[in-house]
Amino acid sequence: MPRPGFVLDVDRSTPPILFHHGEGFRLEKLPAGRSRVIYPGEPLEAVDDVEETIRRALHEPVDMEPLPALLRPGMKLTIAFDDVSLPLPPMKRPDIRQRIIEAVLDLAAAAGVDDVHLIAALALHRRMTEDELRHAVGDRVYDAFAPQGALYNHDAEDPDNMAYLGETPHGEVVEINKRAAESDLLVYVNINIVSMDGGHKSTATGLAGYRSIKHHHNVHTMQRSKSFMDRHASELHHSNWRMGKVIADAGVKVFQIESTINNDTFGQEGPMSVLAKREWEWSGRDRVSFLAMQQGLKRLSPATRRRIFHGHRAPYGVTSVTAGAIESVHEITLRHCFDQHLVEVEGQTDILTMGLPYIGPYNVNSIMNPILVMCLGLGYFFNMYRGRPLVREGGVLIMTHPTPWEFHPVHHPSYIDFFEQVLADSTDPKVIEETWEQQFAEDEWYRHLYRTSYAYHGVHPFYMWYWGSHALQHLGRVIVVGGDARAVKRLGFKSASTLQDAFEMAEDTVGPQPTVSHLKNPPLVMADVT
Amino acid sequence: MKALRFQRRPARFAAANLAGRLAPGKGAAVGPLRLADLAEPDLPTDEWVRFRPRLAGICGSDLATIDGRSSTYFEPIVSFPFTPGHEVVGDLADGSRAVLIPVLSCATRGIDPPCPACAAGRTNLCGRTAFGHLDPGLQSGYCTQTGGGWSAEMVAHPSQLLAVPDGLSDEAAVMVEPTACAVHAARRVAAGGPRATAAVIGAGTLGLLTIAALRGLAEVETLVATAKYPHQKALAARLGAERTASPRELSRLVRSLTGAWVTNGGQLTDGVDLVVDCVGSEASLAQALQVVAPGGEIVVVGMPGHTHLDLTSLWHRESTIRGCYAYVRDDFEEALRLVAAADLGRLVSATYPLARYEAAIEHAAQAGPRGAVKIAFDLRKQERP
Repeated sequence: MPRPGFVLDVDRSTPPILFHHGEGFRLEKLPAGRSRVIYPGEPLEAVDDVEETIRRALHEPVDMEPLPALLRPGMKLTIAFDDVSLPLPPMKRPDIRQRIIEAVLDLAAAAGVDDVHLIAALALHRRMTEDELRHAVGDRVYDAFAPQGALYNHDAEDPDNMAYLGETPHGEVVEINKRAAESDLLVYVNINIVSMDGGHKSTATGLAGYRSIKHHHNVHTMQRSKSFMDRHASELHHSNWRMGKVIADAGVKVFQIESTINNDTFGQEGPMSVLAKREWEWSGRDRVSFLAMQQGLKRLSPATRRRIFHGHRAPYGVTSVTAGAIESVHEITLRHCFDQHLVEVEGQTDILTMGLPYIGPYNVNSIMNPILVMCLGLGYFFNMYRGRPLVREGGVLIMTHPTPWEFHPVHHPSYIDFFEQVLADSTDPKVIEETWEQQFAEDEWYRHLYRTSYAYHGVHPFYMWYWGSHALQHLGRVIVVGGDARAVKRLGFKSASTLQDAFEMAEDTVGPQPTVSHLKNPPLVMADVT
Repeated sequence: MKALRFQRRPARFAAANLAGRLAPGKGAAVGPLRLADLAEPDLPTDEWVRFRPRLAGICGSDLATIDGRSSTYFEPIVSFPFTPGHEVVGDLADGSRAVLIPVLSCATRGIDPPCPACAAGRTNLCGRTAFGHLDPGLQSGYCTQTGGGWSAEMVAHPSQLLAVPDGLSDEAAVMVEPTACAVHAARRVAAGGPRATAAVIGAGTLGLLTIAALRGLAEVETLVATAKYPHQKALAARLGAERTASPRELSRLVRSLTGAWVTNGGQLTDGVDLVVDCVGSEASLAQALQVVAPGGEIVVVGMPGHTHLDLTSLWHRESTIRGCYAYVRDDFEEALRLVAAADLGRLVSATYPLARYEAAIEHAAQAGPRGAVKIAFDLRKQERP
């Protein structure tokens, strides 16, 4: 029986806590008597038979006819699937998307459906490479569809292949991929790694373009999404739900297939397995293994370290596959997510600490640049709460990460310009949005790179910054431990060389003897703060 | 009298070159520059007058000479030994102050009729700098007979003197000569008509002054500048640059600003209409070619030397590179006004006595990293003949 997540009160006997630190780790002592650590739950039990679970989901969907009943010869079928940003880290083969897509295709073939397209629903993310597509859908599906041009990346900047479907009562433009919009049936295959994912957001964002996405990926919305991991308290999701209604009213029929995975991120064997264990339960072998890993990593070049970490494939177990009507499916999916991630936490503290790992949604097989560090810390990790943030208003966020002044030139060209030009001018999300967003969003060079290379859209770094705008508004100070001082300064944050220094600096903001919460993530954990 | 003297000593020149490569400004300690006791220079003709420097700036071309980096091109138009210093404000015998216009044109050399350039008023392009009754020397500060500003006394031709108004400080007045260079460049630019976009490469003294001059005298809608150090960025912005970037960021800034695309080699498909290169290095010139728009113009204000450049883009994109050397008298008059209006005297960061010349030159050579702009010798307390 897996143990749920829990809150550890730190006392003098508590061993140093493992902090992620990019492509490395730190062991840190937290102040006894006033610190607590929020530990993730152990991996929930996976379903015994994934294929059978998928089969049952497709034949016994929620609030919708079984998939075979929706398939007929001569119909136009589109299967959209989540892109490379999910899951994190990528899962061991076979990817759950592959297993679901193969099952859907088998049913389509049995029903005589021969007009099938598969689209990577990447919105404004970078295009997936052939290797990444093969990993997601499997070689068999790739070889059957890609050579004919029936498996491809969504292109949000192709004006001939976007369909305008209308506006929400709030004036939000809804425009999605034309093939998906004009299909008789759109099957969406998702991986709901966190509660932010899925639901109407899958189609309304994943298959949309800038004209639509800008209505919810903005400062106003993000500052009113508290948090964006809690869809019922998230303006981001309210907007997507409104758009979902427009999509449905326009006649787009969506068969939603959502899957959830457990917390088995680092495996039970091998050097990474120690990362999922609670420090006081480390065996002698674990300690030796961790020290050897630390020493080994120190001897490697950053590029080699990055290659090793990004080569890790997680052995996640699948905990659910649910299909049918979007909203009904998603409520079930959220329950599975929360079962794995949610930990009850009482009250807020003065300081929130977090160790940022080597990977986030937008640097798979890439570099975690400073903007992504900000987004991971102040966007994703800060928002891993329901109810109230773990840290009080005006409190301090301390995160550990090397934060190198380094960018992937192919994946993140507009990020470089954003960092050099925009952040040098202002770090205020509202100022940035008003002054710079349109120029980057409409830059033809970025459009070209997004469409033909493997670059994130020109506007994407803005969204990363907006993702952290709720945290920026809430926090009194942000301190990065062990980061490149110049890069951290450009982000508008303070640098500290040790966690103890950071605590001392934080006292200037929150006063002496502050209380501390450490969010020990990953594996994923979400605080249910009362 | 005390003066710094630069002698033709090949071994020391080589040592300076080596030391200068190791650390900018280090050539002063081992090279051919020495503090010496000299007799006051003779007046070349009755027309000439004695001129006692008060402040004398250290210029980039001086540093190149001291560190053994300057081109052999100059050898025929320089006479050894010489006393450097061509950015000079000094006292005349009647107690008035003047700024030196250092170009040694036909008028100073007793050449009559003057060369075509001097006849046309373009004294900076004088073709007789190695001839006439003076020793060779393109400017005072590179000519044996005239002496230079890094001394207690030098000589000047009346055509080389511009009166300093009483209200102008010595610090402001010593900035007039480099400002005249910038004014000359800005007027060249203005003659080519309005420009939508321009980039100034370099934010040392010359770059900063060029930004101020372009803003004052030319029509440039959006001006961007490269600057390596925070104080340079701040000054560039204060003097009129809309955007600043580090040198490695310039290409991306221009791309973003002009909506250009980029070829595999890093060449922008479009770019700025004008680049003013105030560095003159191989790297800066290559960057200028990379960011200038097709049909655009590169004005080289910083002194270049031996350079290896791929000029294919110059040919293919029909862009222009033109040199921009020094100034004429009108430029000085405009510079005097600009120095006062833009408070350019604030760019003088530190002054040194001649006796501390090694430290002064090292400071000037590392002005950027040390948060400084212009370093000058202060001769006001120097014992005078």
